[in-house]
Amino acid sequence: MIFGRSERGKPPVEPVTLKILVAGGFGVGKTTLVGAVSEIRPLRTEELLTEAGRPVDDTSGVEGKRTTTVAMDFGRITLREDLVLYLFGTPGQERFWFMWDELSEGALGAVVLADTRRLEDCFAAVDYFERRSIPFLVGVNCFEGADRYPVEAIRQALDLDSDVPLLLCDARDRESVKETLIGVVQHAMAFQADRREAVTT
Amino acid sequence: MTRGRTTSAAQHRLDLIAVVVAEPHADDPDADSTLSPEHVDIVGLCRDTPQSVAELSAELDLPIGVVRVLIGDLVDAEFVHVNRPVPPAELVDESILRDVINGLRAL
Repeated sequence: MIFGRSERGKPPVEPVTLKILVAGGFGVGKTTLVGAVSEIRPLRTEELLTEAGRPVDDTSGVEGKRTTTVAMDFGRITLREDLVLYLFGTPGQERFWFMWDELSEGALGAVVLADTRRLEDCFAAVDYFERRSIPFLVGVNCFEGADRYPVEAIRQALDLDSDVPLLLCDARDRESVKETLIGVVQHAMAFQADRREAVTT
Repeated sequence: MTRGRTTSAAQHRLDLIAVVVAEPHADDPDADSTLSPEHVDIVGLCRDTPQSVAELSAELDLPIGVVRVLIGDLVDAEFVHVNRPVPPAELVDESILRDVINGLRAL
């Protein structure tokens, strides 16, 4: 018998994992935001769609095409040896929303990234998280060259509930992204506390 | 690779952040002729550091669905076990979330 494992010491730590979603329109900076804080270069994972995509994917002209690929970029932040936070950029195209269902299950919360030049691109994401009671905040990505608007004006344009936080951020800036993520976790804590209260009273 | 399977009987749908941990006795998956090279790769990747389903998928460049099936096989063969993430609503105390906030601040 060989005791090859014994000198390798303790068994590896099995971490608690949490996830935060990063949603928003195409090109709004989701992967940039993930990359700004992730300890790994954002990784890409893919899922093959087969018949499940039939009713929504327009395959006319390419009827022979049996599979579509939907890609998600994600990053990792090891907060402690036993506590790891994952950030998932949601697939941009609306027809991949069923992937959102899977992603959002068990998610701690979400950031909806918005670009003031194309605010309507994030309506769908705001609506999605509202309907499913997933705590989220809106991060307005301050692009260079984009006009700055007062926070209240943006809030009104998005028709946000008063308890949804809205903050300005820079998806390229690590500190700014950290603050945004802390905002999500704080909001998620308040959200869950409210829920518990609602259940017990 | 999955021999046509798209789901794994024993496994419910594995979350992307479910963590796959190699069993300490899973020292020599190579010797098991029922395993594919991809199975062996998964055990190898998880040996030193437990890996999430998403990381395995990215690392092996395989679709998530395929990785899920392969992990199911490995669980059945007791080469690995899977830790499912705790849904935030079931985090009984808030100290984990406070730890997350403090951890982010300290980055």
